Amino acid sequence: MTTAVPAPTQAGRPRAGMSPPAARGPLSALVWSVLAEPPATVGDEARAALADAARAAVARTRDVLADDDVQVTLFVVAELHYRGVAGVDDAWEWDPDLLRAHGVLERAFEAALRERVEVPADVEPGRRSVADVLFRLTAPAPGPSVARFVGRHASDEQLHEFLVHRSVYQLKEADPHTWAVPRLAGAAKAALVEIQADEYGGGTPGRMHSELFARTMHGAGLDPTFGAYVDRVPAVTLAGVNAMSLFGLHRRLRGAIAGHLAAFEMTSSLPNRLYGDGFRRHGYGTATTEYFDEHVEADAVHEQIAARDLAGGLAEAEPELVPDILFGAAVCLYLDDLVAAHVLGAWERGESSLRRA
Amino acid sequence: MTADEPPGRADDAVRPPARIVACPDGPILVRGDVEIVDDQGRPLPRRRRTVALCRCGGTTIPPYCDGTHKANGFTT
Repeated sequence: MTTAVPAPTQAGRPRAGMSPPAARGPLSALVWSVLAEPPATVGDEARAALADAARAAVARTRDVLADDDVQVTLFVVAELHYRGVAGVDDAWEWDPDLLRAHGVLERAFEAALRERVEVPADVEPGRRSVADVLFRLTAPAPGPSVARFVGRHASDEQLHEFLVHRSVYQLKEADPHTWAVPRLAGAAKAALVEIQADEYGGGTPGRMHSELFARTMHGAGLDPTFGAYVDRVPAVTLAGVNAMSLFGLHRRLRGAIAGHLAAFEMTSSLPNRLYGDGFRRHGYGTATTEYFDEHVEADAVHEQIAARDLAGGLAEAEPELVPDILFGAAVCLYLDDLVAAHVLGAWERGESSLRRA
Repeated sequence: MTADEPPGRADDAVRPPARIVACPDGPILVRGDVEIVDDQGRPLPRRRRTVALCRCGGTTIPPYCDGTHKANGFTT
């Protein structure tokens, strides 16, 4: 048996936290400068400026979902609850003044999502009725999609762009939904844990989906460090991750994070086969396509568990959460569509879908 | 297991029986201790604890489900 040289993985890297991305406007510039100091040394004036800057950014924006300054700030501040940000004192995670500013942004973000997303009304709070609605919402649609484009037409450079967009989530895949575990009970909790255990490799670190994605990035010659490409992705890509963090961080929104996971899993198997085809078409080997191949099989299992036992089970246990379950699912689909429109629009114009390096 | 415990109880707790779920309009989920083999009795690769077996016949990764039932109009 030969010993393969292991690809560099996230697990093998020092735990420094994500490198802070560049600021994208007055809000992020102010927040980054305040977070550079330990919270104990920051005076009242600078602390008050955090929420003021957040309010000003929200007042100024024409579309919070497409606002680079707001979305990059949400992304970095939420990251303090995951694995931290290099150069930012961990004590900022629960600092009341930062939480106040974060809350201003979250409320504006949630309000925009609730206004923009259509949620099916009058769904009976049953296991089968909720699963049926989710399967209907996520049914494969004909027409242009990123998956079809990647599978058949994307250039090697476009495949790299596709991975860069994905990297801001897939290198911490499953983490935002894991926050729901202690907030659920009974069948819904068991279902979520069953899915997440598989997401985290069933006890084998190298099988964690985030690790498989790191190997895909390595295979494509990209940096598999979490956060390495935040500067390259537009606000709308960050909004997709920020929605998961919003739903995951608030127990109040446990229905939404459950519905989000269901919709995510239910729109994964078939597209992942096409993503894999795109990389095979360009001659990439199984180490690079394994992430996609794994998701074809895994998510065909997960979607059943997520729709019926997680979302359906939660609807039965807490019927008042049905509108939020469907809201979370609808947000997942809506933000996916926004990213797809951005990416396909740029590619059709012969442009890059990324921000300039 | 001690003599005081009802027979079989501790063993049941450790290894619950295998369970097969027939998903409406979808695959068959298999959980638990079941051997999945080909027609020669050779074990087929099983990469996860819970697997979904294709029921529509359209999968590209037999015997496992790849979600194709959603695209080919399969109903149960």
